[in-house]
Amino acid sequence: MLRDAGGIALTSGAYAVSCGAICTAAGLTVPQTLALSLLMFTGASQFAIAGVIGVGGAPFAGAAVAILLGGRNALYGLRLASLLNVRGARKAFAAQFVIDETTAMAVGREPERAGRLGFWATGFAMYALWGLGNLLGALGAQVLPDPEVLGMDVAAPAAFLALLAPRMRSGRPWLVALVAAATALAATPLLPAGVPVLLAAAAVAVLALRLRDTGDAEHPGDGSRPDDSPPEEPAPEESASHHAEPRNSRRPGGGSPSEEEVR
Amino acid sequence: MIWYAVIAASVGCYLFKLAGLSVPERILRDPRTRRIAALLPVGLLSALIATQTFSSGHHLTLDPRAAGLGVAVIALLLRAPFLIVVGSAVAATALLRLLM
Repeated sequence: MLRDAGGIALTSGAYAVSCGAICTAAGLTVPQTLALSLLMFTGASQFAIAGVIGVGGAPFAGAAVAILLGGRNALYGLRLASLLNVRGARKAFAAQFVIDETTAMAVGREPERAGRLGFWATGFAMYALWGLGNLLGALGAQVLPDPEVLGMDVAAPAAFLALLAPRMRSGRPWLVALVAAATALAATPLLPAGVPVLLAAAAVAVLALRLRDTGDAEHPGDGSRPDDSPPEEPAPEESASHHAEPRNSRRPGGGSPSEEEVR
Repeated sequence: MIWYAVIAASVGCYLFKLAGLSVPERILRDPRTRRIAALLPVGLLSALIATQTFSSGHHLTLDPRAAGLGVAVIALLLRAPFLIVVGSAVAATALLRLLM
């Protein structure tokens, strides 16, 4: 268990280096990059705010995109609440560790003590290596010449693509992805940078609600079917109702791209 | 300005994490909430990819970044690890700029 936690932390340390490099290449300072990794501590959101600022978007538009992307952590927290059973100051502390990797290492473990150990071990190890990796990446990117000549401006979209890929296993995500991309591009000439992404998010929210309506019409009385989550979701829907089923066998210490999914 | 955005975004992300540990289960169990939560990251990531690859300021563009993204797609199809995906996209874009 502790080796698994260390392995995942090491893998994300490498990922953190690229995150730090992208942040400073986008125009954030080293202290800002470090503050993001320690205070925000959820990778996809860090990439997002750096990405929006990098293309000249309003910092607060970037912040809004980052917060929306962080929304999924609330669903992880929901899964972890009964397992961790923390209150007060411990809960406030544990909350910062509620991310993809810690959830995957905690949910579905038997006995529950192992799940709690997985959460805390992964949380501490990742927090330390995530901050260190971001700092190294940020300092490394500082000594580089013009990041655009080096192609660093494509690093963020490529990273987003790698985060997106595991979610594209069915038709519905493709539809959503196309609608969002088309909306954002259509709005780009008209709205300040960063805002088109928020508009796309709004379009997706409306679309998601409508998709549910038609889904219910096709499957009356089956609205609770947990089919809305892609199979590669780090903490799959069904694990909440099958706690006895050991899910840890498919996570040998971290390394496959799917484990690097949106953090 | 960037500092304020960094702090605000960090606080927002933290509150979402804390909310998950605190909010009564049935609110986040609502199928609509879950559907939006599952599809919103897909939409946000694709919108970010589209705008950061195919636009420059307020103009839609097709430049070496698109080729870099294409290389990233190939790397992903070959199941390359994360750093290789990003690294090959960066290298392809830089190379193409050098040649152009």
